[in-house]
Amino acid sequence: MKHGFLDQYSDRDSIIARLDPRAKFVTTLFFILAVVLTPPDSWLAYALYFALMATMLLLSRVPVFYVFKRSLVIMPFVLLVAIFIPFFKEGEVAGSYNIWLWQVSVTYSGLQVLWNILVKAWLSVLSLILLTSTTKLTQLLKGLEQLRLPKVMVMLLSFMYRYLFVLVDEVMRLKQARDSRNFGGRRLWQIRTIGNMIGTLFIRSYERGERVYAAMVARGFDGRSRTLDRLHFRRADACFAIGLSLVLVFISLFNLFY
Amino acid sequence: MEEVIWVANLSFWYPDGQRALTDVNLTIYQGETVALIGPNGAGKSTLLLHLNGLLRTNGEVKIFGRPIDDKNLRWTRSRVALVFQNPDDQLFSPTVFDDVAFGPLNMGYSEEEVWQRVKTALGLVGMAGCEKRLPHHLSLGEKKRVAIATVLSMSPEILLIDEPTSNLDPRGKWSLISLLRGLAGTKVVVSHDLELVKALCRRVIVLDQGRVVADGATDDILADKPFLAAHGLAPGEAAEKA
Repeated sequence: MKHGFLDQYSDRDSIIARLDPRAKFVTTLFFILAVVLTPPDSWLAYALYFALMATMLLLSRVPVFYVFKRSLVIMPFVLLVAIFIPFFKEGEVAGSYNIWLWQVSVTYSGLQVLWNILVKAWLSVLSLILLTSTTKLTQLLKGLEQLRLPKVMVMLLSFMYRYLFVLVDEVMRLKQARDSRNFGGRRLWQIRTIGNMIGTLFIRSYERGERVYAAMVARGFDGRSRTLDRLHFRRADACFAIGLSLVLVFISLFNLFY
Repeated sequence: MEEVIWVANLSFWYPDGQRALTDVNLTIYQGETVALIGPNGAGKSTLLLHLNGLLRTNGEVKIFGRPIDDKNLRWTRSRVALVFQNPDDQLFSPTVFDDVAFGPLNMGYSEEEVWQRVKTALGLVGMAGCEKRLPHHLSLGEKKRVAIATVLSMSPEILLIDEPTSNLDPRGKWSLISLLRGLAGTKVVVSHDLELVKALCRRVIVLDQGRVVADGATDDILADKPFLAAHGLAPGEAAEKA
């Protein structure tokens, strides 16, 4: 089975895709930090961040519609967290409504916080989409390892990446086996079947883990992870990282004195 | 001929009390290709796990004359390589390169040496140039080949292979058989595919219910239909009734 939902378009060649994963990872983090720390009323700063991100996305040659669609995926989660803020924030009342027994009011400052959270989340997600759709996950893992992320974490992530696909296939087979035997009937019965499927999947994964470990031990694994240094940090990578960081610093400073 | 694997009176119980092996005795000589056959649950895979020290009892297994113990475990595993049945268990790294390089890296080779070994191993299994591919994008036949490359990169003297052709179509199966035939060294192949056994091995060891029930020339054992039927390796009475 082929699954491309994790790092789709990461095979495409572009200026951004050719950069060292470490440079991209660090600048992405820096970008998110800058966005998150910008005061809510700095419209111009947000516009500049967006312009920066749009330029990068165009340079990366990832389809715009794909990026847009993907960026909307997390919005429901953000909304779920932030939607009540306008109702609870103190301040000048923008509107007041009677809902059954309660009187609720929305404040301007609350709306601004909501808007701000949405914009910050959206910009951050855009930068992460840019990172994952221009970097192969294998490269990103290498980069993280060389940025001294603990080896255990890197191994965890790489196993996750490797076996996610195997597990998706396994779930699909379980579902097909279920559906081909006319799954249906009462709700309680359905829930029980799904529970059993989850249990089966867990046990199978657990046993697979034991077999994988045996396969590692059979090839001399002794708990230490050894890898080759295959990344080369070139001048272009340094230029990109430093340049983009300077732009971000400039936007923050500009904002401060504006 | 030099004895490379020597097993004497090996018995093994799984932790749940289930008996897997009973008084197994066998000797395998340098350069032999031996088939280990038997019905499902006969203990074939369990026996393989003993031969490179993944399962251990007390010194009943000797490799190149040395009993497997804590001190020579690494030495043993660099000489005796085990390829598991399911390539999705064998291939656990994000890329083919990482997987084939895993063994050599654990053995502490230099960077150049590792690169060279990966290249050679992939070439031997007909997968040259596939270093950057992702294991989950390979076909089953390709996965099986890469799984073999992951141990060839350690240049072992003994290859233990569990069910190399299971689930492969005939074309994939025969191309894998010719690949295995071309590999040097001592080989122990677990299978219940008698076509593979006939094509690859001169000697057969039959295991049933944890015991060695036959050990001899392939032609003799595979010709004895009643014996094979009695051990679930050939169509027996059930087939005659049908």
